[in-house]
Amino acid sequence: MKVELRSKPFDPLLELGLYQASLDERRPGRYGATAIFIGTMRDFNGDETVRGMTLEHYPGMTERHLQRIVAAARGEWPLLDTLVIHRVGELQPNDPIVLVAVWSAHRAAAFAACRCIMEELKSKAPFWKREDTTDGPRWVEHNTPG
Amino acid sequence: MGIQVKYFASLRDRLGRAEDRLEPRGEVTVAEVWAALWPETPLPPNTLTAVNLEYADPGQVVRDGDEVAFFPPVTGG
Repeated sequence: MKVELRSKPFDPLLELGLYQASLDERRPGRYGATAIFIGTMRDFNGDETVRGMTLEHYPGMTERHLQRIVAAARGEWPLLDTLVIHRVGELQPNDPIVLVAVWSAHRAAAFAACRCIMEELKSKAPFWKREDTTDGPRWVEHNTPG
Repeated sequence: MGIQVKYFASLRDRLGRAEDRLEPRGEVTVAEVWAALWPETPLPPNTLTAVNLEYADPGQVVRDGDEVAFFPPVTGG
């Protein structure tokens, strides 16, 4: 189980491959299902063009809540491992924002837990987006529904 | 020691500062911390509050040495 904040761009598929290789060494032959979610920065929000974005967080509280969200999912479903990476700092369109990966023996737990971790992260982890639009910087006031 | 107060994101920009310190006179709640620091400014609707890195209600009691945070709805992911 790994939870990380990154202040520089990251490649989610590379991270996924590296982490799964380590899982293959630690728990060979155990997982039958891997569910992943990757959130990526768009260049639009509604009708507006977005040129860049800053992701602010609350150091200490953000990590604590991410850990807790993952722990709750692991309590609810039989998960073999989880990986969560979330960006902070300056982002450009097309930059990955978040990776959630879940490994389990069967697909139902992997799908459900991946969705749950993502939704909980969006509603509880203290992150805030400020978009750099053509009309100037603007704080995102609420997340769009799923 | 005092109560360490932090503001984040749009709320910090609106207030013009990221931190405050309050020397509490006896027992105070989260709402009273705000009122003591910003007597002219009601706590904006939808503001979330935390005490020592945990979400808290405005009525939660804060003690000397605690960290209190005020911030807008979260928008990560």
